[in-house]
Amino acid sequence: MGFTISEKILRDKAQSEEKNVVAGDFILAKVDKCLANDITAPIAIEVFKEVIQGTERGVFDPEKIILTPDHFTPNKDVDSANQCKILREFAHKFKIVHYFEQGRVGIEHCLIPEQGLVVPGDLFIGADSHTCTYGALGAFSTGVGSTDLGVAMATQLCWFKIPHTIKFIYSGKLNNWVSGKDLILYTIGKIGVDGATYKAMEFSGEVINTLSMANRLTMCNMAIEAGGKNGIIEPDRITENYLKQRNIKTYKNYVNDADAEYEDDIEIDCKEIEPQVAFPHLPENTKPISEVDAKKIEIDQVVIGSCTNGRLEDLEITAKILKDKKIHSKVRCIIIPGTQQIYLDAMEKGFIRTFLESGAIVSTPTCGPCLGGHMGILGDGEKALSTTNRNFLGRMGHINSEIYLSNPAVAAASAIKGYITSPEYFKNK
Amino acid sequence: MTYVIEGNVIKYEERNINTDLIIPARYLNKSDAHHLAAHCMEDLDPKFHEKKKELNASILVAGANFGSGSSREQAPVALKAAGIKCIIAPSYARIFFRNSINIALPLIEFSEIDELHTADKLQIDLEGGSLVNNTTGKNYSIPKMPQFLQELLAEEGLINFGKKMLHQ
Repeated sequence: MGFTISEKILRDKAQSEEKNVVAGDFILAKVDKCLANDITAPIAIEVFKEVIQGTERGVFDPEKIILTPDHFTPNKDVDSANQCKILREFAHKFKIVHYFEQGRVGIEHCLIPEQGLVVPGDLFIGADSHTCTYGALGAFSTGVGSTDLGVAMATQLCWFKIPHTIKFIYSGKLNNWVSGKDLILYTIGKIGVDGATYKAMEFSGEVINTLSMANRLTMCNMAIEAGGKNGIIEPDRITENYLKQRNIKTYKNYVNDADAEYEDDIEIDCKEIEPQVAFPHLPENTKPISEVDAKKIEIDQVVIGSCTNGRLEDLEITAKILKDKKIHSKVRCIIIPGTQQIYLDAMEKGFIRTFLESGAIVSTPTCGPCLGGHMGILGDGEKALSTTNRNFLGRMGHINSEIYLSNPAVAAASAIKGYITSPEYFKNK
Repeated sequence: MTYVIEGNVIKYEERNINTDLIIPARYLNKSDAHHLAAHCMEDLDPKFHEKKKELNASILVAGANFGSGSSREQAPVALKAAGIKCIIAPSYARIFFRNSINIALPLIEFSEIDELHTADKLQIDLEGGSLVNNTTGKNYSIPKMPQFLQELLAEEGLINFGKKMLHQ
């Protein structure tokens, strides 16, 4: 019997006596990397301390723990500053190699692949639900809780139920302005926010084979929005090139067995897919842009960035649309490069100048507005169009505010017009 | 941990009650359980605490896909610290599920939530796999947890399990 890439990674990392495990079985497995942020690490650190109490033990490997204070940073208030202090002191005490101080940190799921801290075949856990992002590199990567992480920092072990895999096969050719964001929003619209609960979501097909790494990361990032345990893409030439650029040579590629068993195959013809907009208050409430345009939904705020769409490609398409245009007078447009490197690259390419000249706000990398933390909170009754991943009730601020989700091109075009619209309008300009 | 749970129900039948509703991110700048409990369910129902107290409720019954969204363990921590002893829902988001088990807050997968109402008195036997609604007099069987998860609950959560692993 053959296995899927997700099953193969977990089987390989399972503790020795448990090698014959199959989907549905519980295992204890050795993780390769552990990640936590300023919201989840303080609890994980408490757990870690409790677990090692009375022993001489430290973390299992100071090179394999990654700490990214990226949510409420730059410290938004005294309590946030105190939480970040816990990370800093812990990192210092246990000589954590990959602790990213503010000024070096970026949005974790943009930063970690960029820094080459995740490679194909890794079993990667993060106390952040969007840790599923790294499946784009052929890793088994999934979100866990703080207690999981605290125990793993001490023992290197984490428990898993090996998930069954659903295969999504994307065929055809992408329409204009359609990106990885639209593919994943369309998919969530099709299967629902719990359509893949507990499952591995494997993305494949001719469209994925030519899709850029940035778009692949966007797709895997939102696997959790369908309830998925992980999103994953078999490593290929595009993966290899991405790693080569980072001078990474040591990793193990896992691939699907020819006779791997899938719980379901879902075929998606990309010919049908237009840019998507997810309406409040769930990512599954998707509509094609052609149905949205005529509604002229006025917006107060646009957010372009986040672990979903804060990469250079996203800023490039945003700059292309905003070039020599002005943000609508009633709209606040907040653009957030995902990392310091992305910020620098965007500056060198002139994107930052374009953004500032258009009247947009450019922020230092932070998760801030996506979860209603800071840097762009919505007031009573306000509407936002955002390239982030969740449009839950009240997530960005006031309980009566509304969030729509889209790709960066739709967001940028809408920021200019003041209502949700297709970038098609800007095609020849 | 105890395998027999008795208590009154407080019910929110909506599907997809997410962790932003259970504990909004604006309160995550502090990790203290009492602070989190004070704001638990605030954006779903500002009167959650008031109602819970009035009903003397300790069993939360909810719609499917409970706990979706963020990985924040603060969600089950807040519910537990607010006095919720057990949750009953047709299904759970996976990170919420593991977080709850890890802190020894039992979750029961039960599809017939229409049979349970706010203020009902329930008796649940986790080991025996039974649920009795003393208000309606009806009995139900509930799925037994997989062996591994029972062990975690028996250890009062993952911390003790982790200690054992470290000392082995």
